[in-house]
Amino acid sequence: MKVVYFAWVRERVGKAEEIVEPPAEVSTVGDLIGWLAGRGESYAHAFEAPNVIRAAIDHAHAPPQTVIAGAREIALFPPMTGG
Amino acid sequence: MGVPVTIRLQEADFDTAREIAAMSAGRTDVGAVVSFSGVCRGGPDGDAIDGLTLEHYPGMAEAEIGRHVAEALARWPLMGVTVIHRHGRIAPGENIVLVVTASSHRGAAFEAAEFLMDYLKTRAPFWKREERAAGANWVDAAAHDDAAAARWTKS
Repeated sequence: MKVVYFAWVRERVGKAEEIVEPPAEVSTVGDLIGWLAGRGESYAHAFEAPNVIRAAIDHAHAPPQTVIAGAREIALFPPMTGG
Repeated sequence: MGVPVTIRLQEADFDTAREIAAMSAGRTDVGAVVSFSGVCRGGPDGDAIDGLTLEHYPGMAEAEIGRHVAEALARWPLMGVTVIHRHGRIAPGENIVLVVTASSHRGAAFEAAEFLMDYLKTRAPFWKREERAAGANWVDAAAHDDAAAARWTKS
């Protein structure tokens, strides 16, 4: 699945998007954030405070318990500061 | 006939007066037009902000604003809604965002404009990065913005 990052999450991970293939036991947004955090130092830094990370699945907000099966694009980003 | 809705995300500045005038041009049913302009602050002396860069999530930003406009249309008897949000680099004094709402009476127009702004602040995927002499920093989300958005979900 495609994962996209924004703002300081993007800067810390060091890339704007990538294709990932998490194992089957990674079933929710929260699981995905935890799994990504274990992929190396930059990911650990980006996801060191998982409760701060916001997510969207296919352009709609998705709380941590949302199941990711079938998602085309998952976005992970900090709390929004527009307006 | 549906309510005229304009949603634009753009790098370029916009003409606030023209957008407000367009809301009631050529019609006689509108009795109230409310607008909110969000402008880039320069910051206080000694902590001056040289500018902002607004990052956004293309695709989702339009979709999310569209969902909130649809909710506003369902909650208030509106006759028009315009939301324009800039992205990219914005200098102090320049426009960031514009919300214009029209209705037959002011109450609905005021409330809908405030509702839309509260949700734009907390739910629309934009991120501000402030540039200062000491460097650039991502702006932290403000708890008072979350509280402002939450009051619209209370019964």
